[in-house]
Amino acid sequence: MVSTLQAAVTTALVVVGSFFLFVGTVGLLRLPDVYNRMHATSKATTLGAASMFLAATVYFTPAGQSLTAIVGIVFLFITAPTGAHMISRSAQRMGVEFALGATWPGMPDSRPDEPADGEEQAEA
Amino acid sequence: MATELPGLLGPVVFAGLLVASGLTLLAGYRVIVGPTTPDRVVALDVIATNVVAIALLFALQTGEALFVDVSLVLAIIGFVSTVAVARYVTEGDIIE
Repeated sequence: MVSTLQAAVTTALVVVGSFFLFVGTVGLLRLPDVYNRMHATSKATTLGAASMFLAATVYFTPAGQSLTAIVGIVFLFITAPTGAHMISRSAQRMGVEFALGATWPGMPDSRPDEPADGEEQAEA
Repeated sequence: MATELPGLLGPVVFAGLLVASGLTLLAGYRVIVGPTTPDRVVALDVIATNVVAIALLFALQTGEALFVDVSLVLAIIGFVSTVAVARYVTEGDIIE
């Protein structure tokens, strides 16, 4: 069975994970821009789910699926920045503007339909 | 079902399940309202992460370690769907 120390650590990790999930979803609902929302969710929500995975690791420690939960933490920390980067790059290709008058670095008049990596200039 | 959870862990896990479920519904607001398509993709990514957390909390509540595997598979499906939708949006914008 689960010892008292394991139960206490699991309780603390579940509380921390719920807090970070709450912060990430509030950032998704209240920030003004798709880039700000992507930033908030890709950090805070990933940290909340990783804390839940760590709680499962502590709870199932003597036997069971604790190693699977560690693999889940590694998977989240690899794939969450990749997904956020692909979403933001597709938003930039679609021409989604920044809120509050911000511009792209190096482009003073903020034309987001020009690709930054120069694939289309090569054939033109 | 949460009788074997010792002490404070049972109510905390139940409260965590309630919080994660409510946050999933609140992210559905951004899926419906969100002004652009990447907003909806970001909100669906948040929903996928919340569902992963719900599966982990359900594993803690029932004591079934099988649901850790379920949460890992849900994380993989969420990543693949996010990448697929992002690429679909970009390619569709290039074609038209």
